[in-house]
Amino acid sequence: MRYLPLSADDRAAMLHRIGVGSIDDLFADVPRAAWLDGPVDLPAAKSEIEVERRFRRFARRNLAAGDAAFFCGAGAYRHHVPATVDHLIQRSEFLTSYTPYQPEISQGTLQVLFEFQTQVCELTGMEVANASMYDGSTATAEAVLMAHRLTKRSRAVVAGNLHPHYAAVVETTSRLSSHDTVFLTPTPEGGEDLLSAIDGTCSCVVVQTPDVFGHPVDLKPIAERAHEAGALLVAVVTEAVSLGLMVPPGAQGADIVVAEGQSLGNGLNFGGPYVGLFATRQKFLRQMPGRVCGETVDVEGKRGYVLTLSTREQHIRREKATSNICTNSGLCALAFTVHLTLLGGVGLERLARLNHARATRLADALAEVPGVEVLNKAFFNEFTVRLPKPAAEIAEALAGKGVLGGVPMSRLRPGEGLDDLLVVAATETNTDEDIDVFASCLKEVLA
Amino acid sequence: MTMNRQGRQTAGEAGTEPADRLDTFTGNRGLRIEEPLIFEYGRERETGVDLPAGSEEESLRLGGLERRKPLDLPGLSEPETMRHYVRLSRSNYAIDSGIYPLGSCTMKHNPRLNEAVARLPGLSDIHPLQPVSTVQGALELIDTLAHWLKVATGLPAVAMSPKAGAHGELCGMMAIKAAHQAKGDARSIVLVPESAHGTNPATAALLGYKVETVPAREDGTVDPEAVRSKMSPQVAALMLTNPNTCGLFEPDVIEIAKAVHEAGAYFYCDGANFNAIQGRVRPGDLGVDAMHINLHKTFSTPHGGGGPGAGPVVLSEALAPFAPLPWVVSNGEQGFDLVEHAAEGDETRPFGRMTAFHGQMGMFVRALAWMMSHGSDGMRQAAEDAVLSANYVRACLSDLMSVPFPDHPSMHEVLFDDGFLYESDISTLDIAKALIDEGFHPMTIYFPLVVHGAMLIEPTESESKASLDLFVATLRDLVIAAKRGDRARFADAPRYAPRRRLDETTAARKPILCWLPRRPQADAAE
Repeated sequence: MRYLPLSADDRAAMLHRIGVGSIDDLFADVPRAAWLDGPVDLPAAKSEIEVERRFRRFARRNLAAGDAAFFCGAGAYRHHVPATVDHLIQRSEFLTSYTPYQPEISQGTLQVLFEFQTQVCELTGMEVANASMYDGSTATAEAVLMAHRLTKRSRAVVAGNLHPHYAAVVETTSRLSSHDTVFLTPTPEGGEDLLSAIDGTCSCVVVQTPDVFGHPVDLKPIAERAHEAGALLVAVVTEAVSLGLMVPPGAQGADIVVAEGQSLGNGLNFGGPYVGLFATRQKFLRQMPGRVCGETVDVEGKRGYVLTLSTREQHIRREKATSNICTNSGLCALAFTVHLTLLGGVGLERLARLNHARATRLADALAEVPGVEVLNKAFFNEFTVRLPKPAAEIAEALAGKGVLGGVPMSRLRPGEGLDDLLVVAATETNTDEDIDVFASCLKEVLA
Repeated sequence: MTMNRQGRQTAGEAGTEPADRLDTFTGNRGLRIEEPLIFEYGRERETGVDLPAGSEEESLRLGGLERRKPLDLPGLSEPETMRHYVRLSRSNYAIDSGIYPLGSCTMKHNPRLNEAVARLPGLSDIHPLQPVSTVQGALELIDTLAHWLKVATGLPAVAMSPKAGAHGELCGMMAIKAAHQAKGDARSIVLVPESAHGTNPATAALLGYKVETVPAREDGTVDPEAVRSKMSPQVAALMLTNPNTCGLFEPDVIEIAKAVHEAGAYFYCDGANFNAIQGRVRPGDLGVDAMHINLHKTFSTPHGGGGPGAGPVVLSEALAPFAPLPWVVSNGEQGFDLVEHAAEGDETRPFGRMTAFHGQMGMFVRALAWMMSHGSDGMRQAAEDAVLSANYVRACLSDLMSVPFPDHPSMHEVLFDDGFLYESDISTLDIAKALIDEGFHPMTIYFPLVVHGAMLIEPTESESKASLDLFVATLRDLVIAAKRGDRARFADAPRYAPRRRLDETTAARKPILCWLPRRPQADAAE
């Protein structure tokens, strides 16, 4: 077996040194009733060629986004990732190291995390950020729990236009940790009324911008109303690139900002691994979940970085910890940071403008298809169209023509009368030709 | 470069340069380069990405919500970016550069085949919400991995979506809570042995359970009678790590499971240490109801400097109906389907959803490639080699170091306490830092909490005998030096790492968590 360096002679010598007759002696504590005499019932070892061949077969049965005219979004976006990013995240020293428990020999990872935290603060307009969460949806659930701790209340109000899967994660966590949650109904046309749902009993209001239908949300009045009621505003962003062009939630009064960072540096990967961003105000720092990296000095006075504030965390606080989270999403955070370092503020803004321009062109093209109504007056790179037929059928028919033409809302919220809605995204990866193909294929399948 | 180094890297009043070391003009020492933060390159108007020239829309349709203040983030050209991160990478220790015997973390070799297949566009460049007809291969892959996990653990169901070990624990405990609720049984207590990883009590507490501790026996294992005496109609579950965090297989685990089940509770097993027993023992045969599998440990998906991990949870018949959404179903000839919503009239009763999409697909690909490469024979051999290596390290050191639980063989990791250092003024931490100077990543220290000054060594199956012998010889030399009272070798360690011991107290008392251009408070204090 190519991955196992010990030879039969090594094994014999080692058993001899230990002073046992066979490997079975080392498993002596395993109860006889559970003892396996041989391998489990699975195929035997395979060579590298055979494994590679098997995975090519899995891959061939999928339609890769790059081989289609591609317009899916709804929480995962296809952006171009510079080749440098993938090279750097495959550096042995980043890829095959672990949590920086020994900071003296982990400064590479730690400095990256410090850069990451700084970038997240600047992007979201917040004061402190952690070293990342699993993804945007789990970060949202953690934000709600944090708001409960901070306000000593346990009732969250969740916008109807929050991504339905995010809402489901919040719902699951809340229900099973015995917290109360109010879920508003979706407003596909935008302009959701959140103000009337906020009162003095709620810990937080959770609002996504742009929302799942693509509408940018003015958070300011919501923040004001929430603060009057003694509640917090949790802002959710699923498309991190939007922050290059749009006013950051921190500048609109958000108390906690969570985001999906996949758009920067990370591929689609069928939904994971992704990287959750989590940022808040300085004054809430001690209730923030997750790992945090901080600056310090070594005994020679040289600047260095360490994981810090671990008294919030499970390995010290156990059942009193702010969260049970243990790892972050280190390598995805590295990809995010390298991509953003390449872009810089200027590059990110340019990228965001390009996305917006592509989406604008797409919206205009689709609006001309007979029977298609674009619901959004405003959007970033994603918007919703109403179709004269069930969107799921149309998406399937489009796929047959090599167009992955968006996400039917019924896929996310079935049985709620939203079957005619299709959420469509465009990014810098879409050409004019893609857009024309999409519009003409849509026309055909609707005809 | 306009980076601001003045008064920064020498901030504070700490330390003086040792006399035996010459300062260089740059502060660099040969290949060891001092690298500033990207923010200190100070070039806001730069970018290292050329985007296609395109029609940048004149009039924005953002509903008046455009950013007013430009982003204050520097950009670097591509060569500068490459150099910056390559330089940073070189101050990291990694498995690829040496033994990484971090107990309970299973730092084994990461095959590059797995990286290559994970990057096939048909697996990496697919969207989680594409029509399922266009992702049949992806669903087949998830279904195949699920099959391998079920067979390897002897349990009938698996929830694939949890994103890491602790997330898997949460998933398993949620299934347990949902199962009790379905019976109208509101139980309030979760039992956790004192040697448990901190995530166990944190997870139970997150779900509103009161955590009660089960003490360990003298020999480091759990006494079924101690479990039985704690059992009551209020106990929802026992969370037990097996092999446990002291590196021992719980010999009475079947008896313990029985005691748990007799009281109507469930047995959650923390599968962090599955690497020790894969192919030798199936947790399903031990009475386990739920167990997460850290794909990044046992099945070698890269640790990435701290994630991403993946933590699928295998479930018993009793808990299977409560598994969270989504899951893959095979319809034979018709291919695969993805169930993303609970259907009425179905016998399944999913407790909800753990994450937005379907789990860590990128990790699934790598883990399955590892499993298929090893095959059932190689998986068993990997466990045996991991256990053999840990016991070999133990045999080579036990005359010098103290083994707190000598009555049982170790599994894939060997635990020492600091008893052998009592006569000296050297600590566990000192030993760890001196190992750094010798070119090794230290073992896990001060965990588990049940012994004083713990040192937990997990060599994994990836080390050659020569590598183990050098590690052992080094540790012997250090221990002899410690016993001799060679304080100098330890007090200043590490001396040869990119940084020397860092001031963690100040870092926590006055947290600096992001870079600020002029940092007025800090400058005022200087």
